[in-house]
Amino acid sequence: MNIIVPVKLVPDLVEELTIDESGTTLDNTWLRLIINEFDDHAIEQAILLKERFGGNITIISPDIEGIDDLFFTAAAKGVDRLVKLVGDFGSGVNNHALARVIASFVRELQHDLVLTGVQAHDDLDGPLGPLLAEYLGIPYIGYITGVNLDDGRATVQKEHPGSLIAEMEVNLPAVLGIQAAEQPPRYVAISKVRQMMKSAIIEEHPIGMLDSTGGPSVSRMYQPQTSERATMLADNPDQAAEQLVAIFIELGVI
Amino acid sequence: MTTVSTNNLMFYDKVLSSTPNGERLKQCLQCGSCSGICPYGYAMDYPPQALIAALRADDLTPVFKSDTIWLCVSCFACTTICPSRIPLTNGLMASMKTEMLLKGDVPSELQTALENTFRYGNTLGESPRKRADWARNLASPVPIMAEIKKPVDVLWYVGDYASYHPRLQPVSRAMANIFQVLGVSFGILGPEENSDGDAQCLAGERGLFEILATKNGKAFNKYQFKEIVTIDPHAYNVIKNEYPSMGFSFPIKHYTQFLTERLDQLKPLLQHELNYRVTYHDPCCIGRANENNIYEEPRQLLTAIPGLSLIEMTHNRTNAICCGGGGGGNWLDGFVWEKARVRLSEWGVREAVEADANILAVACPYEPPRYEDAIKNTKQTGKLAVKDIAELLSEAMGF
Repeated sequence: MNIIVPVKLVPDLVEELTIDESGTTLDNTWLRLIINEFDDHAIEQAILLKERFGGNITIISPDIEGIDDLFFTAAAKGVDRLVKLVGDFGSGVNNHALARVIASFVRELQHDLVLTGVQAHDDLDGPLGPLLAEYLGIPYIGYITGVNLDDGRATVQKEHPGSLIAEMEVNLPAVLGIQAAEQPPRYVAISKVRQMMKSAIIEEHPIGMLDSTGGPSVSRMYQPQTSERATMLADNPDQAAEQLVAIFIELGVI
Repeated sequence: MTTVSTNNLMFYDKVLSSTPNGERLKQCLQCGSCSGICPYGYAMDYPPQALIAALRADDLTPVFKSDTIWLCVSCFACTTICPSRIPLTNGLMASMKTEMLLKGDVPSELQTALENTFRYGNTLGESPRKRADWARNLASPVPIMAEIKKPVDVLWYVGDYASYHPRLQPVSRAMANIFQVLGVSFGILGPEENSDGDAQCLAGERGLFEILATKNGKAFNKYQFKEIVTIDPHAYNVIKNEYPSMGFSFPIKHYTQFLTERLDQLKPLLQHELNYRVTYHDPCCIGRANENNIYEEPRQLLTAIPGLSLIEMTHNRTNAICCGGGGGGNWLDGFVWEKARVRLSEWGVREAVEADANILAVACPYEPPRYEDAIKNTKQTGKLAVKDIAELLSEAMGF
């Protein structure tokens, strides 16, 4: 069982985001990147599957500042192979371009299962998973919260709105968009991460020119603007409830 | 002396060899004093003395499966009472916590705090760039070492909570006022400062502690100063007792020591009567921990305030009840509540109210939020308020 986990680093919202002078992208002077939270769950799900069914996990990421630490942490958790895609990931990179690059690399590997985070907060042109599945020519199921493997097939739990869970089967290879791993991403002691810093090998795989066709072009990026539409309710719970009911009736909700 | 016969001595040996005086584990009498005095001993399946018995019997598996280890709040009560002087808190318990971390078995609140520290240099997960924001736009600016570029007498190690926590930032500002009124030449590290590493070290995350100690140690080394002063007992404890093992030795004082040395200068400035009935909670990390024994200085400062009457709680000085926040306990609140159904901070609040105090004076940044929550939980709102000694001094100065 070969499990591939492509991961993205996204802007860390602990730092305040500012727009650069062009007005179409983030100012990267103070930008700090962090693993996409859903990708962290994809790594955890991969490790859970490896623990249950054996196999090999490869994680792939573009060469971005901070990626080595992420790789060493993943290796300390049990990821076997660390692949860094190197090349020009400057302006123009979008999920279409990223999916094409990752697909061309994954196509060369034996890939039974590709796990990606179901979404990332900087996805402007849709999530990575479905694009990747399209370029690889294999099925995609998203919003996954549980995976079981049996004889070349995966049985997955897929979340639907309204707290409905569907159980679906899919032939492998397939791409799964992970909403949440079956358990929260585990802790790994820093001493183990530091051991990996000394011993783990990060492979570098050069990419050619990025093909970003199909993605959007950003005409304006701006901070959310404050409006004055908030209605403050009374402190008294009974009065507040009456006010709420009146507002709901006025809006036609009830 | 008990001899140990076991096929798997690895862990035992590790504890013995990795801790100063670790070999004293062999001298455990099984008297049980540690288990009796442990504030959560009743909730542990393996309180310290039973844990040592399990260790000697080479039967640690059930200990690791139990909830015992993460109930330890590193209050040093067991270490202090042990007749064989076994380093239980920062030896045995920290090593057990390390084993739990290596297994990845850590309650999620604490996991987040450790991951935050690794990534951001503070437990709260705040932007490291904003570490000195509390000190901006004050009437008298707080000097940041990298900006003033000159030697100071006092390098003030502020700490995570005192830098970022909205309840503690006023304490930091009060401390800045006091330094300024006393004419102390001082500076802070600002964004160069990292979490002190005490909680991480006592929570068994030695690797993370080493990273933090190295970053802070290197930052201290960049500047010229006579001594470090901190309002954080945890910073005091770890910089004094653990940083030297990383090659960083600096003279450090808790602010209550520093100010007591200047009591003659301070007293005439305390002109406003504060008619409070005050009781004082002894923080473990300047009290019992590593025999730091800073018990009288905080009391001397409090009794210097005109109008203030100092009352003692039943548990004080060496037998003070921990607030529950040490050794990672600050981030185990939900976990501990589930197992023990009581918070140590709530015991403290009840004792303060029974002592007929209306102010609980503290000298540790974890404590105002912990005790204020406990006041709400025990429905004592209005009867008791929590103030740091720096806040009381500042108030008595008329700020």
